[in-house]
Amino acid sequence: MAVPTSYYVILSAILFAIGVAGVLTRRNAIVIFMCIELMLNAVNLSFVAFARHLGHGDGQVFVFFVMAVAAAEVAVGLAIIIALFRNRQTVDVGEVNLLKW
Amino acid sequence: MLTDVILIVLFPLIGVVINGLLGSRLKKASGFIGTAAIGLSWAFALKVLVAVMGGATLNENVYEWIAAGTFRASVGFQVDALSAIMITMVTTVSFFIHIYSFGYMRGDRGFSRFYTYLNLFVFSMLVLVLANNYLLMFVGWEGVGLCSYLLIGFWYERKSASDAGKKAFIVNRIGDFGFLLGIFLMVHTLGTVQFAEVFGRAPGVLSTGAATAIALLLFVGACGKSAQFPLYVWLPDAMEGPTPVSSLIHAATMVTAGVYMVARSNVLYSMAPTAGAVVAWVGVFTALLAASIALVNTDIKRVLAYSTVSQLGYMFIGVGVGAYTAGIFHLFTHAFFKGLMFLAAGSVMHAMSDELDMRKMGGLMGKMKITGWTFLIGTLAIAGIPPLSGFWSKDEILAGVYHSHVPGHTVIWALGVIGAVMTSFYMFRLIFMTFFGAPRDPHLHDHAHESPANMTVPLVVLAAGSLLAGAVAGYPIGNGWINHFLGSVLGHTSHGDGLSGGVLIAISVLAGVAGFVVALTMHRSGSLGVASGNPLYRLLAHKWYVDEIYRALVIRPIHGVALGLWHVFDTIVLDGIVNGLGYLVKGISWISSRFQTGNAPVYALWMTLGVVVMLYLVTSP
Amino acid sequence: MEAFFFFLLAAIAVVSAILLVLFRNPVYSALSLVTTFFCLAGFFVLLDAYFLAAVQVIVYAGAIMVLFLFVIMLLNLGHPDAVEPGVTRYRRTSVILLAVMLLAEVGLMGARRLGAPAPEEGALFTENIPYIGRLLYTDYLFPFEVASLILLVALIGVVVLVKRQPEADGGPSAAETGTQEPA
Repeated sequence: MAVPTSYYVILSAILFAIGVAGVLTRRNAIVIFMCIELMLNAVNLSFVAFARHLGHGDGQVFVFFVMAVAAAEVAVGLAIIIALFRNRQTVDVGEVNLLKW
Repeated sequence: MLTDVILIVLFPLIGVVINGLLGSRLKKASGFIGTAAIGLSWAFALKVLVAVMGGATLNENVYEWIAAGTFRASVGFQVDALSAIMITMVTTVSFFIHIYSFGYMRGDRGFSRFYTYLNLFVFSMLVLVLANNYLLMFVGWEGVGLCSYLLIGFWYERKSASDAGKKAFIVNRIGDFGFLLGIFLMVHTLGTVQFAEVFGRAPGVLSTGAATAIALLLFVGACGKSAQFPLYVWLPDAMEGPTPVSSLIHAATMVTAGVYMVARSNVLYSMAPTAGAVVAWVGVFTALLAASIALVNTDIKRVLAYSTVSQLGYMFIGVGVGAYTAGIFHLFTHAFFKGLMFLAAGSVMHAMSDELDMRKMGGLMGKMKITGWTFLIGTLAIAGIPPLSGFWSKDEILAGVYHSHVPGHTVIWALGVIGAVMTSFYMFRLIFMTFFGAPRDPHLHDHAHESPANMTVPLVVLAAGSLLAGAVAGYPIGNGWINHFLGSVLGHTSHGDGLSGGVLIAISVLAGVAGFVVALTMHRSGSLGVASGNPLYRLLAHKWYVDEIYRALVIRPIHGVALGLWHVFDTIVLDGIVNGLGYLVKGISWISSRFQTGNAPVYALWMTLGVVVMLYLVTSP
Repeated sequence: MEAFFFFLLAAIAVVSAILLVLFRNPVYSALSLVTTFFCLAGFFVLLDAYFLAAVQVIVYAGAIMVLFLFVIMLLNLGHPDAVEPGVTRYRRTSVILLAVMLLAEVGLMGARRLGAPAPEEGALFTENIPYIGRLLYTDYLFPFEVASLILLVALIGVVVLVKRQPEADGGPSAAETGTQEPA
């Protein structure tokens, strides 16, 4: 018996929520980034689940593109973190507070 | 004639504008401008007087000021015998006092400011006298009050002067409150404030009670402006102002506004005999009270000030008993001789380096002939010695009282005679202490000199008026030119029985002579100006402690209430509300500032919260 | 069978996701994320998305996570001392609350609206990879090209971002080199 699509969606929601919690809780910029990746993957899971549910491949193609863009985003994001580290000697986002009055 | 009237009022106003705006640059010229303005008004006033003597009158509205429902009030002028006499007197005396001020105020820092205020005063007084309705009259009334305040406190750096100005204005205000209530009642009952309409409708519409109420309320205003009991206390203090001010405002013109107002409202007072009686009794009481204080006062200007209060009391006796013409006649002559005496006193002060204490004067007749002789003429006039002006007017008042029907009129008459004795006494006392006898302060005496011509010429002119005006206008008593002239407006006084006219005249002349004799005796024995331990003397010397009583009964309670309001209401309630609002804003802004911490994770938190809320809103069924 | 694998993989995925959030050491977090990715690849297989499963392992687990680990090592963040201070209890509570709310909304909504799944026929299920390939080169050609452009831009951007100014003493810890950061 096939697993109902709703189970996949709920699982995706769980993973997404965990990712959100991680983004908001952690102070290390890299770990925050990883949590963002987790969120992206949760969404990917949801897309694929719906692709199977509806019977055509648009969902999967979308996931393909999400992965491509995520890869680019990770590269650029980590480059920014490195540049930040060079300036501030820290990746703690609590320290990046020049906007604070 | 309307253009003449408008010009009469306009010239001083132009003087005010010019002197007010350019005065500091004009300096001496501002005196010329101010005097010229009054001179022009004087000329036109004489022209108007001649026209009125020929029978012309005027009552026209120039500009509609208030139109509210059925109530109308306008800027309009009324010229009849009464107002013609008044404007003649006002402009004549003002003109000469303006000339006098040239010499008196020479070198003063506020020279042009003085002339600005003087012109403003004359403007307001003319508006008061020429108005054809109570509201416009009130505008002039307030205007002269304001100018009185400005001029009393002219040397404002001196605390006593600024205090005196405030006192004058505040006491006046109390009277004005009554005046306003009277006007309101008038509007409520009659629906109009125009003289012609009020006097026309009142006899038919007003009950005696209403007329009495209106008349009494208006009289309260007159008490304030014309310094009757209990609102007279500002006038002696007003001597802090420059002497020309004392002469013009507090002898000749402003203080007479109350008398004028009562005379103008004679229809109302005739309808309310009770009010008239009140006026007369207040007048005689004030007359005696003030005269008693003047008996022992040693300040030359204060004596004259109390004398003015006293003489105003006489005028109110006159208009109170219905002898309106007599009251106005006395107003007219008083303007001359009292105005003269103030100016002469200023001349004496000038000579004695602004010394006011008579105990330091003496023997000045030798040094200041013109001042001395003119002062003497004024004294004779006020004492009621024939044939000077004061005799005619005062005697007509006393005769009018004697023959009137006011309850207790004989008593009033007797008290008036006693007052005349006192008047004569304190005035001659002043003369003897100042001009005769040995100089009490040789140093001051050495420096004394006669005043320049621009001060002595007005003295002479006013002295001539004091000499002749009475005889010319008032002969024979009760039947003279002035009676006929004013009779058209003010009605004729009644003549009753009892003592005949001749006896009354003799009695009043004797009163004047008696005062002179007593003064002379005391002067010869050297006891003038010497303080006595007599408790009555002390009571008089302290002015019956009236000021102290007012302070305790009125000023302190009000002050206490004000303090209480300040500490409780103002500080706690109002400031609390205002400060509370500030704290509220601060609190709200503190809350809102939590959104903008500069801390990125916090921003992420708020964003997530927003997403959750939006998601809920979008997806909920 | 499918259900068994689903729940197994789901358990592992969720546990390792939670561990990802909870580990102090970033290296441990990275490794648990790798585990999650593998589980996800398993899910893709279960959902007949074989191509994506492969791509997931190759790209995510193989490239992206390696990159993450490189950077962690480069910045020397794996050090036991380099642990970050704890999160305040207040923040943790609010975050958990938010996460739960989010989960509840999405999950409940998702669970409600779905009907029966489509029949397991069609090219998508029988020959997945040719099918996806065909889609990519016909219907989705433009996004495909754009994606490659994005990758190119990212490549250049990264190089520019981490380029260092030529300096006499160029050490990794020379922070005052004032590197230009075209944001």
